[in-house]
Amino acid sequence: MTDKSGTMLYLNGVSVSFDGFKALNHLSIIVHPGEMLAIIGPNGAGKTTMMDIITGKTRPDDGEVYFDGRTDLTKLDEAQIANLGIGRKFQKPTVFESHTIWDNLVLALKRPRSVLAALLYSESPEDKARIEEILETVRLTARKDELAADLSHGQKQWLEIGMLLAQDPKLLLVDEPVAGMTDAETVETAKLLKQIARTRSVVVVEHDMSFVRELGTRVTCLAEGSVLAEGSLDQVSANPIVIERYLGR
Amino acid sequence: MITQMLFRALDRKAIWLVVALVFIAVAIPVANLAIPEGNPLHLPNYMVPLLGKYLNYALLALALDLVWGYCGILSLGHAAFFALGAYAMGMYLMRQIGARGVYANPVLPDFMVFLNYQDLPWFWHGFDLWWFAFLMVLFVPGLLAFAFGWFAFRSRVTGVYLSIITQAMTYALLLAFFRNDLGLGGNNGLTDFKDILGFNVQAATTRAGLFAASALALALAVIICSAIVNSKLGKVMVAVRDGESRTRFLGWRPENVKLFAFVVSAVLAGIAGALYTPQVGIINPGEFDPANSIEAVIWVAVGGRGTLIGPIIGAVLVNAGKSVFTGAFPDFWLYCLGGLFIFVTLFMPKGIVGLFQKLKPRKGKEASSAAEAGEDPSTLPQPKPVPEPAE
Repeated sequence: MTDKSGTMLYLNGVSVSFDGFKALNHLSIIVHPGEMLAIIGPNGAGKTTMMDIITGKTRPDDGEVYFDGRTDLTKLDEAQIANLGIGRKFQKPTVFESHTIWDNLVLALKRPRSVLAALLYSESPEDKARIEEILETVRLTARKDELAADLSHGQKQWLEIGMLLAQDPKLLLVDEPVAGMTDAETVETAKLLKQIARTRSVVVVEHDMSFVRELGTRVTCLAEGSVLAEGSLDQVSANPIVIERYLGR
Repeated sequence: MITQMLFRALDRKAIWLVVALVFIAVAIPVANLAIPEGNPLHLPNYMVPLLGKYLNYALLALALDLVWGYCGILSLGHAAFFALGAYAMGMYLMRQIGARGVYANPVLPDFMVFLNYQDLPWFWHGFDLWWFAFLMVLFVPGLLAFAFGWFAFRSRVTGVYLSIITQAMTYALLLAFFRNDLGLGGNNGLTDFKDILGFNVQAATTRAGLFAASALALALAVIICSAIVNSKLGKVMVAVRDGESRTRFLGWRPENVKLFAFVVSAVLAGIAGALYTPQVGIINPGEFDPANSIEAVIWVAVGGRGTLIGPIIGAVLVNAGKSVFTGAFPDFWLYCLGGLFIFVTLFMPKGIVGLFQKLKPRKGKEASSAAEAGEDPSTLPQPKPVPEPAE
């Protein structure tokens, strides 16, 4: 099929079914380095399943999944994939609530992940500076010593984005980053993601159309496990099939 | 790096705990040996091994808390590691009897002569050497924990399923150790000990020494556990407890983190068992009883899991309560224990330590991170301000 060299993420003909239900049906998606892709689509379109497959949580029945043009992700497990440089933000904010915001970032920071390395780890000045920088970016500097449990929903989302940055991934998978955010927070999040996408590839799954418009990026609409339409948001939302299957409802 | 780790291990709370343990390691033997009888501060002889036993249980509880309170692995089979350490020590003590047994066989322990053994079974060799036996105290529980954890954690067995197989593990060992042909004394276990490192195990001075060793072993374990839980690895352990799959997506390997905690914990439990045998004077398969492991879980829950001092307080108080209650109302102890567990689960999810933390004004990180024991506050009943139960 198409050439996978020069791509950051390459999905070709990926299918997976659960108890006979086809969650993904010959899904093909390509993301280039430094590119942002927004994925929209109705519930059950397979957006989260696609992320599960990329991050190694689910194995596809069929199809190819390549990272960075050469690494076959279907052969690796979650930790290996994370360490390759794929970071994931979950739909429901999942931060470590009994840890402080600082410690959440320490855990995410890209450093050796072995048991011994973790046991002997001490925060170097560079690590501290990097965490300070991330705290500044996600605007949580003032609350760094508080427990993550005490953050508001929107702030947890931001902390999770901060944890993604700390992982220093090449590819970010961001699932519904603005769910439960105020309008002002949504605008800020869009700015932040655009800034991140200057140096990394980002895949954003989102329902909020005004947010997707804010991102101003290439859009792919999924339905029933395959690509329904691709293009700019205006092109996609003008597509009669998309209107019928997703937007119109 | 090691010095940094030690420095981090000795935070203020851990220092106080270690100082207190070193103090009682000296004070109890002094009260027993140096202060004459009749003085109100004198400690009678029978109390020394009894208190020593409490400290061994406290070490078992601390070991269990490392995996349960910090890493979310509810092991219902930790008494197995304790008993294996106890048996390793028991084998050493049996070999020290030499020809002083009833049958006066210079090599074979009495029960082997009785069961018509001709030679010492292969796995008994080496146990006449104290250093080999002490090494086995660490190695045997550690190896079992490694083998068990390797398969269980790699296959991602978690939660109640893991608890059930730990229970099955200790039950299987219970049945195995009951068999005479295992060569470990069967039903009767190992007893009639004479010497430990050349000292008479019955002597008051040896018992005082064993007590001091128990207190110091517990202090050392506090330092080790403190170093682990205060390191980044300790944070990963708590992260695994609260969101295992999330840590995986951050690139950590929860199975390795859990395996490490489980093996360290098993070795600590083995040390506790090894110190227990000479003070109690017998080790038999009853120590593998699943109920013992469950009791250890209750000590941790009562004291407060996810803290270092909680399990120690819990083990000592519950066992002191047990000593008093089983003397006064022998038929009611198990009901009390069951009632206590229900009470603690319902009203004191953070245990006794949690009560004290509630009394102190909550100041940010320190108080609450220790108190957070893995429950989602919305799903568990909030602790009500209840008075501390009379133990």
